[in-house]
Parts: sequence; C-alpha cells; structure tokens
Amino acid sequence: MTGNVTIVVDGVPHPVPADITLAAALLNLGVAAFRRDLSHNARGPVCGMGTCFECRVTVDGVTNVRACLELVRAGMSVQSGA
Amino acid sequence: MNGSRGVAVDVLVVGAGPAGLSAAITAAEHGKRVLVLDQGLRPGGQIWRHRDEAALPVGARAMLERARTKGVRIASGARVVDAISAGELIVDFRGRIDRQRTGALIIATGAKERFLPFPGWTLPGVVGVGGLQALLKSGLSLSGARVVIAGTGPLLFPVAATVARAGAELLLVAEQASWSGLAAFGARLVSKPMALRQAVVYRWAFRNAPLRTSSWVTAAEGYGRLRRVIMHERGRSSVIDCDWLATGAGLVPNTEVAQVVGCALDVDAIRVDALQATSVAGVWAAGECTGVKGDAAAIAEGAVAGHAAAGEESTANGRALQRDRDAGRGFAKRLAATFAPRAELLQLAHADTVICRCEDVRRGDIDPAWTQRQAKLWTRMGMGECQGAVCGPACAALFNWEQNVARPPIGAPRCGEWGEELGETRDERREGNEG
Repeated sequence: MTGNVTIVVDGVPHPVPADITLAAALLNLGVAAFRRDLSHNARGPVCGMGTCFECRVTVDGVTNVRACLELVRAGMSVQSGA
Repeated sequence: MNGSRGVAVDVLVVGAGPAGLSAAITAAEHGKRVLVLDQGLRPGGQIWRHRDEAALPVGARAMLERARTKGVRIASGARVVDAISAGELIVDFRGRIDRQRTGALIIATGAKERFLPFPGWTLPGVVGVGGLQALLKSGLSLSGARVVIAGTGPLLFPVAATVARAGAELLLVAEQASWSGLAAFGARLVSKPMALRQAVVYRWAFRNAPLRTSSWVTAAEGYGRLRRVIMHERGRSSVIDCDWLATGAGLVPNTEVAQVVGCALDVDAIRVDALQATSVAGVWAAGECTGVKGDAAAIAEGAVAGHAAAGEESTANGRALQRDRDAGRGFAKRLAATFAPRAELLQLAHADTVICRCEDVRRGDIDPAWTQRQAKLWTRMGMGECQGAVCGPACAALFNWEQNVARPPIGAPRCGEWGEELGETRDERREGNEG
C-alpha cells in the first residue's frame, strides 16, 4: 500500500490514494465539471489517455493541465470548472 | 535557447506499448543505444496500463524486465511535438522542451478511440470504452455505479470484465455489429484457442449483464452530468438510467507523429513494407499505428522493425517473424470488416450536436461540401486543444474528409514556453527546404 496524500480541490483539502491519477481522484470526489465549454456546459474526462484534452484543469496556477496524465501529489492545488 | 540538446541515440522509439517495447528490446539486443519516448506515466501503453507492475500479465512483466536488463532507456511523460527531420525530433519532456537526435526512428504510437458524435455525447459521464478502462486502471472507483457499455470490437469484452470486477452494476453491453458478423469472427478464433478461452473468461466475469448485438446508443441525457441513455437495441428503443456510458466506434491508428515526420499513410494507417519501413528513409513503424491488429501481432511487428532499424534486415525478414506479421495483418483486415461502424451511427448527430468538442462547432455549422481546410478556416473546427484528434476521425467518417492533415505542433502548445523553440524549428525547416 502506498497510503494517502492530501490534495486541495477548489479550496477544500481531500485525502486521496497516492498512486492514482488526478482525473481518477477528481472523479472519485464527485467532480463532474473539470472544465466548461463556450456555452458554460460542464465537460469531463473522455479518452482517459491524453488525447481529447477534456479533463483539463488548473493545477498550482498552471492552466490546461490534463488531469489524466498527472499523478496526484501531496499539497497539489486544483481548480476545476474553469 | 536550445542549448541543451538530448544526447543522440542510435534508435529512438516513440511509444512504450507492446510494439515499441518489442522494437526497443530487439534493437538493444543488437547493441544499439535505445531511447523510448512515452506519453504515459509508466511504460506499457494502453493495453498494459498499470499502477502496480506485479498485477500485469506475466508476458507484459517479462517484457518490461527485459527492457531494463537490455539497457533500454524509457522516458515517461515525454511527448513528441514536432520534427526538424526524421533524425531530430522536438520533444516535451514533462514541460521541458528539448531536441532529440537519433540515427533511426521507430514509430509505435498505437491507436486511439474513434467517437461518432450523438446527442448528449459531451455530458460528463460519457467516456470512451478504452477511456473507462484507462480511468479504472488509473484509480477510478466504480463500486455500485450503474454502467452501460456501447461500442464495438474485441475491446468490449475486457472492459466489461474490468467494470464488473470493479463492483459496478453493469446494465448492458451493446455491440453495434450484427450477431452473424460476430459469429463468423468468433468461428475464425478457433485457430486462436487462447483468444477464445480469454473471451470466455471475460464473458464469465460480466455474466450478470446482457450482451446485445446490432445495438447502439442514440442519445445521452442529463443536466450537468449523464442521467440516462437512449439505446437502440435490435430495432427497439429503450431508456436506461445510468451514471456512466462507455462508448466508441472502434480504434483508429495514431499517425500524428508519422505525419509530422512526412510518412505516407494508407487511408488512416502508416504505410509500411514487409520490414516495417515507412515511406521515409530511416523511419520504421510497428503496431496499431500501422493498422489495428492486437498486441501479439504488434510484438511481432516491433521485432521486425527493431531488427531492420538495427541494420539486421535478413533477421527482420526471418520466416517465423514474417509469418506472425502476415497473420496479424490478416487479423487486422477481419477486425476492420467485422466491426466497421454501421451507417446508422453516422446519422445520430443533430444540427445542434457538437462535432468539434474543443471549439464547440456543431453539425449544423458545417457544410458537408466543404473540405476540412475550409471548415477550419470558417468555424475553427479541429483547431482547439486536441488539434482534431477527436473530430478528425469523426469527420473522416461523417464527411469523407481526408485524415492526413496533422500539422506541427502536435497538441496545443503553451505559447510562452514553446514559442521561441518552435519558431526556430520552422526557420530551420524553411532553410532546409530552400537549401
């Protein structure tokens, strides 16, 4: 077992397993709107492998990070729904 | 700028799936210095995606171990964004842009899912069939979730099995191909007893879910996230309340890197000869990017490419290897024929259905008489973050547009970090063309 790390999602800290991707962690936390489209509709992960760019979120101030290609890190601060 | 250039290698492999690993190991066994670039977090590609290597099939573990003992270097999180030539690529190594020079290049970029747009397909909760598998293997919890799988091809079975084993409530597995097509395909598997046995194991794992042929999703509904799907099940319409829909219309080769290097395509796959050589000297390709055919054939093609790229052409031409390679290409043809998306799937999108997910271009915004270039110029279709990776194969099916239109950079660049390097690349290429 690899234990948990704490990530901060939209200002709220959550413990999550240390060996999962950010996309999996956000989905497990119930986040539906990873980003919003031009009509403000919610969008979330589709391809799970870095192709579709639908799971992009803001991580530690860096925009357009594909959550499916990032492992969670202790202290990582994530903004969804942008 | 560009002061730090990657140390040149003899053989550079793009992709660390079965084909890429096989190619890398083979070339390394000939004493070549080999580097593998892979976009994933860990080597193995999509089929061997893992969190814990010990959980992988024994064949996959053996291959990863061989790569290590043969001294193959694998750069995970590395993405090719452009090429100056076949011998010099521009690579994004986890946010650091660098050049990578090589003597030989082997492209093993695998395949991606093809999505054919239908109403509601942009709702969160609607994911790819392989997409759901990838998310599960990356740590998604589906315990108690209601799942519908509606897609096509051999991928449905392992994904349905994974979903069932994950404790989800799997409500339906829908295959768009007909039962007769599936039966004919299955009958040919008698010559592959291992594959047949595996299919039975998978079906047993999802035995509580109905499996229906000639069935597909016509719409997804919900507000803010998926609530229900409308299914067409053998001629009848049904409504199923669910949390997840895993859907797709089969796999298509990933050819962006090959296109940027200048390799010719055969329709949607990289064109290769019997030694896996592409149309560009010094560039070979292997695995699903040359046509979708499964991991066993991909490993054979990788070995052929590895021998050939190491200058051992007679070994690459060996009888056993070539027999496996031919068998794989025969299987690819049968796969494509059995699981070709049916015409009804091309009629699902309404005028207000989004086709280009990045730029929110809807079907009604597009005149089918346009070329892809005209659609780009007038609607920004295919010009967003994914650079047409999703809508490209969709439009090829919907409008018969050509697919060999990838342009560098591959994927959307970060302006500040990439601008200068990419500008220089363009200048060098222009000078090369003039000189």
